[in-house]
Amino acid sequence: MLSAAIIVFREALEAALIMGIIAAATRRLPKRNFWLLIGCAAGVAGSLIVASLTGQIAGLAEGVGQELFNAGILGLAAMMLAWHNIWMARHGKQLAQDARQLGQDVVSGSREMSTLALVIALAVLREGSESVLFLYGLIAGGEETRATVLGGATIGLLFGAMAGYGLYAGLLRIPARLFFSVTSGFILLLAAAMSSQAARFLVQADLLSSLANPLWNTSWLLDNSSLLGRLLHTIVGYEATPSGIQVVFYSATLLLILAGMHIFRYRPNTLASS
Amino acid sequence: MKILIALLFVLSVPAWAGDTEVVLVIHDHRFEPAEIRVPSGQKIKLLVHNQDSTPEEFESHELNREKLIAPGKKAVIFVGPLKAGRYPFYGEFHETTARGTLIAE
Repeated sequence: MLSAAIIVFREALEAALIMGIIAAATRRLPKRNFWLLIGCAAGVAGSLIVASLTGQIAGLAEGVGQELFNAGILGLAAMMLAWHNIWMARHGKQLAQDARQLGQDVVSGSREMSTLALVIALAVLREGSESVLFLYGLIAGGEETRATVLGGATIGLLFGAMAGYGLYAGLLRIPARLFFSVTSGFILLLAAAMSSQAARFLVQADLLSSLANPLWNTSWLLDNSSLLGRLLHTIVGYEATPSGIQVVFYSATLLLILAGMHIFRYRPNTLASS
Repeated sequence: MKILIALLFVLSVPAWAGDTEVVLVIHDHRFEPAEIRVPSGQKIKLLVHNQDSTPEEFESHELNREKLIAPGKKAVIFVGPLKAGRYPFYGEFHETTARGTLIAE
């Protein structure tokens, strides 16, 4: 029961933190809760499918199918987050001023929400499929009864969800004038973290050179297996022993998104004169 | 940045021939052998064969690797080149029994 609770908590924590950040960042978008739920439900359904296909996925591409699959999911999610931040740089101020005046933009806001629902679905799918496999193994291996396994899983899920909600509630307390910058900052780091993890999977598959392995080692300071290490790993992409290429992917993602946000930012003067 | 990208292209030449290949078996939720010695400074191809009827996740924070292995399947995991040292790994789904160490020397 305890092992089920611990593993499900670890996996749920990652997905819940990502969801907490996205829920806060999209607080003013129309139909937010509807899209969050859709993303979550799609992710759960996807987990079951992916878990049942694990053997097949792993066997693809000469045994590195799983790495390609994970890197693909992370890369796609990072791109969606990048798109969101650039979109918000353009529309965030309008949303904050008066949502009713947006008119046509409500449609675009809803489309925006659906992209983020996809990010949530992908996060839930990645973490969920691991949980499903683990729980299946516990039950199939006859190590524990179905009831204790599911009981443990529920407890793990609840604690994970509470952590995600905690982050969300904390973000909502940020003063209005800082809110947009802080949530954009979180999304930015989340995208960079996903991009760096995608690079790690490509190195693991031997499709990308690690450049330096590890580039540095800060496990004496904060280990990735500790709770804080895990939290920071998900939120800002902390790695105690990153490879050089991960740092390259991380920094490049940060710079590209910042550049995009700057280029497409909202300019009230030019809009007013046109 | 440009230098880094250039470096990337130079260094991402496909794996040089003759990677060291090491076979690791998961049996009864244990790694066999539990201790593997590999040469340092070389890329290692770990071939992990899960002989159990349940899935396992190979995980190592020190090696910065994680991979799910379905029951009865073999998985390929590339690690290194490593500096000399000890690199513990474990099976996340059976953390109490599935433990091992990779020793680079």
